[in-house]
Amino acid sequence: MDISFSEEDVKFRDEVRAFFKEKYTPELAAKLANPKTFREATVQWEKTLNDKGWVAPHWPVELGGSGWNTNQNYIYDVERASVGAPGTSPFGLAMVGPVIYTFGNEEQKKRFLPRILTSDDWWCQGYSEPGAGSDLAALQTKAERQGDNYIVNGAKIWTTYAQYADWIFCLVRTDSSGRKQEGISFLLIDMKTPGITVNPIHSLDGVHSLNEVSFENVSVPVENLVGEEGKGWTYAKFLLVNERSAIAGVAYIKRQLAMIKEYASNVNEGGVALIDDPLFQSRYAEIEIELKALEFTELRVFASMSDGGHPGAISSLLKIRGTELQQAVQDLLMDVAGRFQGVIADEDSIDSISHEFGDMARKEYMYGRAATVYGGSNEVQRNVIAKAVLGL
Amino acid sequence: MNFEPSEEQLMLKDSVTKFIQQEYDIDKRRALADSDLSYSKENWETFANLGWLTVPFAEKLGGYGGNVTDVAIIMEEFGKGLVLEPYVETVMLAGGLLAESVEREENSEHLAVIEQILSGGAVGTAGLVEEGSRFSPLTVSTRAQESNDGFILSGKKVNVPYLPSADFAIVSARTSGEDNDEEGISLFRIDLTANEIARGNYKLMDGRRAGDLELKGLQVTADALVGKVGEGAAILNKVLPLSILAECAEAVGIMEFLNKTTLEYTKVRKQFGMPIGSFQALQHRMVDTFIEFEQCKSLLYRALISWQDNSDEFDLDLAALKVQVGRAGKSIASEAIQLHGGMGLTDELSIGHYMKRLRMINATFGDADFHQNRYQKIAFSA
Repeated sequence: MDISFSEEDVKFRDEVRAFFKEKYTPELAAKLANPKTFREATVQWEKTLNDKGWVAPHWPVELGGSGWNTNQNYIYDVERASVGAPGTSPFGLAMVGPVIYTFGNEEQKKRFLPRILTSDDWWCQGYSEPGAGSDLAALQTKAERQGDNYIVNGAKIWTTYAQYADWIFCLVRTDSSGRKQEGISFLLIDMKTPGITVNPIHSLDGVHSLNEVSFENVSVPVENLVGEEGKGWTYAKFLLVNERSAIAGVAYIKRQLAMIKEYASNVNEGGVALIDDPLFQSRYAEIEIELKALEFTELRVFASMSDGGHPGAISSLLKIRGTELQQAVQDLLMDVAGRFQGVIADEDSIDSISHEFGDMARKEYMYGRAATVYGGSNEVQRNVIAKAVLGL
Repeated sequence: MNFEPSEEQLMLKDSVTKFIQQEYDIDKRRALADSDLSYSKENWETFANLGWLTVPFAEKLGGYGGNVTDVAIIMEEFGKGLVLEPYVETVMLAGGLLAESVEREENSEHLAVIEQILSGGAVGTAGLVEEGSRFSPLTVSTRAQESNDGFILSGKKVNVPYLPSADFAIVSARTSGEDNDEEGISLFRIDLTANEIARGNYKLMDGRRAGDLELKGLQVTADALVGKVGEGAAILNKVLPLSILAECAEAVGIMEFLNKTTLEYTKVRKQFGMPIGSFQALQHRMVDTFIEFEQCKSLLYRALISWQDNSDEFDLDLAALKVQVGRAGKSIASEAIQLHGGMGLTDELSIGHYMKRLRMINATFGDADFHQNRYQKIAFSA
């Protein structure tokens, strides 16, 4: 049992630390936090990472991956989190990219992968539908083959950042005759194609990130089919496992805890700092202790993957406990904001520093409700573990 | 990054697993717990023959030269079998204190006792708890008065594990200062075979025997000192964490057993015409206990690695582990009984005995609340 760092690891850590210090500037952080400049700032940040060769660490080296070992991946994540830099937008780099290089043809790899690496294409995910949420395989969006095209009709929902997207990867039904998991195909669709409409969904955090995307006789060339027709469910599950292990959010929770600690040191109440309140300390400690555990559970999963393995159903554990902890930390954040008298309706109501904190806390808390729902609700994740791990 | 046991560790694990399979079914275990000794001398001899008693001791002391990770491997397996023998008390606690002592100060008598431990010839324990100390090992009212021939010990140690059958005990006593002072605590080795000392004998919830040790002006020689005068706190702070780690590893083994046994039961127990494991309400509860077990295991690894690497976070990591082991232990054991239904309440089935042991582990070396308090003190002291 050994997680000690080699000399090389330490050198690497210093390099990463210096890089983040230089490149992740306060101006950039501010642009990322502002919904009006979010897209532009994200692309700028990802291009900076790509120039360094660090935008897609987990990809195969020959395709632009960094070739890091498990320790280096871990170091990178820790250093990134410690400066508060965001992860890359997942849809291209973490989701569709690996599907394309694993199941796509040469033509597709050449066409799509370079533009994912440079963030010149913004991707979104067409999985959920109004009638297919956690029961994803119940999806109804239809793609009918007509000559060299598929004609797509239907609707996708909860599509994050569809309003920014150049492309959407979609699960569509190409056959309705068999079991519902069969007859699903994986299509790449250009968002500029006529017949696609994006309608915003206003969510509780007041930020426009979610959308409904409808397809009316949208014509998609057959060369945009990934892998085999009817095998989309296999590719979809492959992607979901990656998504689940990516949403444990250890780094995010750490960052929130550090911020809460800082604010709690500055809140005085009857002459006592909140940070000295035993009940506050107890809630904080309980979250941090669980987080210490989760961090090592994640490392154990990483270590078991280091010989090229796939995390499998155990990634559901990371998703469940990670999202529960995210919500626990957001709950504490909201309570601190409440003490600050900073819980305001929206950005436009900001009138003081405590309002800025409150605005952030409200957004985190309200958007955070989604975490136990998306990526397959936590109840579905429990079903996955019961079946695949416990053999029930 | 590697969480796999080494080849030597795997061999060690296998030998313990084999022993448990052959010697520790629940009926044999029940009989042992009901015996006067509450464990088996024969088993203890086997431990000695297989070298398990030497594992954490340095080679220069005649030990195997292993570390606490090796011990954790043994303890996890002991947990699965609900082993009763005084391994932690003799090897980690009493043995650990003596080993730390001879590291600081030559002492041929201590060395001779260590040799006896290694060969299985001595069972040791430590009297560190007093009626007024509760979970705080550094609250000591027992006094050690310096005399011409050494020291005179007066006071009472309670709940000393395996006291009725132990050959020697290490006790803490105050050579100076007030009850709650960290300074002024000294440790002494008491030979229980030679001295006519009143020792109580009662049975604890998990079947183990313990007793109260009354020290009524007991004369010990200067050689009985473990470490130097006043080094008690420093030595305890070094040795106790390793005993805590060992018991937490045992608890993790117990949790694994409980989850596994419960899962198997729900696959065969039928109600309403189907295995109860097919009900989603029960499945989700078993997923939650599975997660709690994995999280405890992660904290165990974290604390072990932290200790190996001499990390600044070791104290925090250890407190985190003890908190989680205490809380997860309660819920995993309760769920095991609940999912077994009426059978879970019987003495015949093993799971209730596992619950009892988990409760006792929580109540030893400070419970979950005590350690969360400690955690908070460290985390918020900066």
